[in-house]
Amino acid sequence: MSIWEYANPKRFMQTSGAILPWVAGLTALCLGLGLTWGFFFTPDDYRQGSTVKIIYLHVPSAMMAINAWIMMLAASLIWLIRRHHVSALAARAAGPVGLTFTLIALITGAVWGQPMWGTWWAWDPRLTSFLILALFYLGYIALWQAIEAPDTAADLTSVLCIVGSVFAVLSRYAVNFWNQGLHQGASLSLDRKENVSDVFWVPLVISIAGFVLLFLTLVLMRTRTEIRARRLQALLVREQMG
Amino acid sequence: MMPELGKYAVAVLSAYGAGIGLIAALVAVSLWQSRKVRAALRAAEARRGRVDG
Repeated sequence: MSIWEYANPKRFMQTSGAILPWVAGLTALCLGLGLTWGFFFTPDDYRQGSTVKIIYLHVPSAMMAINAWIMMLAASLIWLIRRHHVSALAARAAGPVGLTFTLIALITGAVWGQPMWGTWWAWDPRLTSFLILALFYLGYIALWQAIEAPDTAADLTSVLCIVGSVFAVLSRYAVNFWNQGLHQGASLSLDRKENVSDVFWVPLVISIAGFVLLFLTLVLMRTRTEIRARRLQALLVREQMG
Repeated sequence: MMPELGKYAVAVLSAYGAGIGLIAALVAVSLWQSRKVRAALRAAEARRGRVDG
């Protein structure tokens, strides 16, 4: 069986319809557990005090803000190369989800930064690249809305997505190659050298899993809506002609 | 049950309020759009069924 079978809208609807309730249930479980554990059952940090509890929202949303754009990039490339409509609609469906994660990262970062850095905002490399990423999300969503011909909209938004990936990558690695910023290094890394203490790490990983699953749930649900909307549009055009 | 948040209570609670509020709004809008489009599609398919026959 090939992955391209899911490019068939009927096949995608069947499979996504079967797995969606399970993914949604797992999302509620992980997100509820991670955030409840992080908020109620973790101690204060000796330097950050209780503001350390904000990482359970801030870190997963910031990670998923970037990952959502990378997923949109992959789906856009599939559209441009193979012309599978489901991939273009999946990219479209992910846009508002990615924007919401970006806004959560920016807002929770500002709320954390005020007591810790003494300012809501600084033109720091990571903060600035995140703000630009949010503007790219807004532009991407607006471009889909502005163009009536669906294939043209998919083509142009795919090109915008490719350009915006520069800022998605920049958002992730800005702290590594610009040292003058306020933002600290990554809280999680694969080599575990910079990991936070285990008492914060376990609920953080559960929260991250919750955000990944939330993204999956919402993208599946919204892609299904986009496919139905496309079918509805086709039927309405046929009605008008007939 | 409420943890002792000390002098940062406003910051922590507002971060959680904004984050969870935005997620809830996104889920609510996605569900609403899904139901609206599904209902419109059912109606259009029913009309088509009547016309076809």
